[in-house]
Amino acid sequence: MSNLIQVESPLHHAQLDQLIGQSQSGGIIFHEAALFGHLNLRGNADDDAFLTGVQEVLDVALPTTACSSAKSESAQIMWLAPDEWLIVVASGSEYDVEEKLRATLKGHFAVSDISGAQTLIELSGMNVIDLMKKSTGYDLHLDSFPIGKVVGTTFAKAGAHILRLSEDKFQLVIRRSFSDYVWLWIQQSSKEYGLSIV
Amino acid sequence: MLHIYCPYCEEMREEEEFNPAGQAHIERPLQPEELSDEQWARYLFFRKNPRGLHHEMWVHAHGCRKYFNITRNTVTYQIMETYKMGLQPNITASKEG
Ligand SMILES: [Zn+2]
Repeated sequence: MSNLIQVESPLHHAQLDQLIGQSQSGGIIFHEAALFGHLNLRGNADDDAFLTGVQEVLDVALPTTACSSAKSESAQIMWLAPDEWLIVVASGSEYDVEEKLRATLKGHFAVSDISGAQTLIELSGMNVIDLMKKSTGYDLHLDSFPIGKVVGTTFAKAGAHILRLSEDKFQLVIRRSFSDYVWLWIQQSSKEYGLSIV
Repeated sequence: MLHIYCPYCEEMREEEEFNPAGQAHIERPLQPEELSDEQWARYLFFRKNPRGLHHEMWVHAHGCRKYFNITRNTVTYQIMETYKMGLQPNITASKEG
């Protein structure tokens, strides 16, 4: 890639890198997983050729169960709808993966690079459930929201896809245009617990 | 707040995630040019407004972003069933009597 192109995350202005390590004792731990490659994939989950093609490229079966996710060494896949998935790949590899999908898949499908449209944030820490309860109406009990499940819902009334990474760690996909608002919301709503940036 | 079952996400979700999208089961006429102005206007603008059972489209706007159908009682707000696009309702006013 050319050095002339400077990519900035939607939270660039927050200068998160300068906040890292300033507070060690927060009950909420915040991390922006910035500048990953985001690919939106549409296709027919009943089409075996489509499923095998995707598996061939991504090294993992496409999650076809509602609200499920899958992970391989190179990609994380989130179910968005019965015919729609989000594929997150390492920064800079999105074009390669897109090309491979286009070369492998046949027929009726769509793959779009939407890396610039959204960003990933990770929330963890001992008070993360308290913060999540303030922010979303979705039931956070492990029976309703087990590890690996992804739900499209609201976070502080903004749309978000929330993936549970572990009992006390969540990954949120948020839109570029809402990211500053969500960042402000997290700062304010974690005041009573303390906030650490990592 | 309504609790709505999304037939695509296959679980109950908060009303906040959804938007209503008007009367369900409206079919676009296959030959619009053969319709009279009145028939075309009926298709475009005229909607039912029943007191009681009604079939509506809703969209899971913050979830899977799919449209689906709801059979809802407009008096009590009770949702009798939700079903995928292309399917027909199991509960209808005539069946209820
Ligand atoms: Zn849904």
